[in-house]
Amino acid sequence: MFEEDRVSADRPAARDPLAAPAALSAPVTLPEALAGAEPVESVCTPIRMTYTYTPGRALSRYLRAMADKRILGERCGATGQVFVPPRGVSPLAGAATSEVVELADTGYVESFNITRVPIERRPDLKPPYCSAWIVLDGASVGFLGLVINIAPEEVRIGMRVRAVWKPDEELETSAGNILGWEPTGEPDEVITDYERIGRVEASDP
Amino acid sequence: MSSEVLQAPLVLEYPFTRSTGPVIGAFLTGLRDGVICGIRRADGTVLCPPQEYDPLTAEPLTELVEVGQAGEVLTWAWNGDPRPMQPFDRPFAWALIRLDGADTSMLHAVFAPSAAEMSTGMRVRVVWRTEREGHIADIAGFEPIPAQRPSGRQQ
Repeated sequence: MFEEDRVSADRPAARDPLAAPAALSAPVTLPEALAGAEPVESVCTPIRMTYTYTPGRALSRYLRAMADKRILGERCGATGQVFVPPRGVSPLAGAATSEVVELADTGYVESFNITRVPIERRPDLKPPYCSAWIVLDGASVGFLGLVINIAPEEVRIGMRVRAVWKPDEELETSAGNILGWEPTGEPDEVITDYERIGRVEASDP
Repeated sequence: MSSEVLQAPLVLEYPFTRSTGPVIGAFLTGLRDGVICGIRRADGTVLCPPQEYDPLTAEPLTELVEVGQAGEVLTWAWNGDPRPMQPFDRPFAWALIRLDGADTSMLHAVFAPSAAEMSTGMRVRVVWRTEREGHIADIAGFEPIPAQRPSGRQQ
């Protein structure tokens, strides 16, 4: 092995580094039984995991409130930031959150993306559709939602939106109760307070 | 507040389609057509399933050869509690099977009635699926070949 390394080091650089390695172009020979067979060139290898999800205390509170069309966040006692969906901890302070906060079902689009390619097994998502990072009034971070009842091309950063809830008789303990977010028609949010949306380091206490 | 624990079924799935390249492609072409391929190394030994490069010298390998459809169980583990999407819905064995004409083994399922019917060195043969598409699952699994009793010696 070492002998081989030494020989390689002495050899002048002859091969074009951008050329395909020889192995990729080396033709294979097939057994007689496969002479003339239409070659298989791709294979579907799905990776699939089915499991039972248990949300834990903070998210259970959040999901139960969803059944009443209420959105719960949780406040970090150290930094005052409000996180939604709540995980029971402050990711910045690394401490348990100190307070449950009820948030409005209105906010603004902090960022968005228009998807034009369909996703297998999600026929409910008809391209083009707009997914957005939505910052609720009273929250310090955004969370993911669909922007609906507006052409995706007209969505813009800062646009004010409100939740569109499922009909009352269909409400469950699920974040799926929010069908999407539609424009309120209010003037756009002017985003200047970057600290509020968690874009700067928390200041030292 | 309700004390009932919330839970929901979730599915994570990535429906990958990957390119096979000429060697794995030939192996899968063979499976679709009911032929099992290995690949020959410079020293004449045969790897099955075939690999694109020699595992010892890293030389590219190109000579695909047909191997037998029966072989020997080198080692095995009983799966008493099959999960969905596994090769069989009843208990079966995972086994490393060295097919006749090959020098390495492939992992697949052996449909034996019980672990007591499994043994290292036992002979098995391939069970093909009727509908085949060029996938390792074109082989449904392997079944034990009953040991032949020498004739004329029964009491």
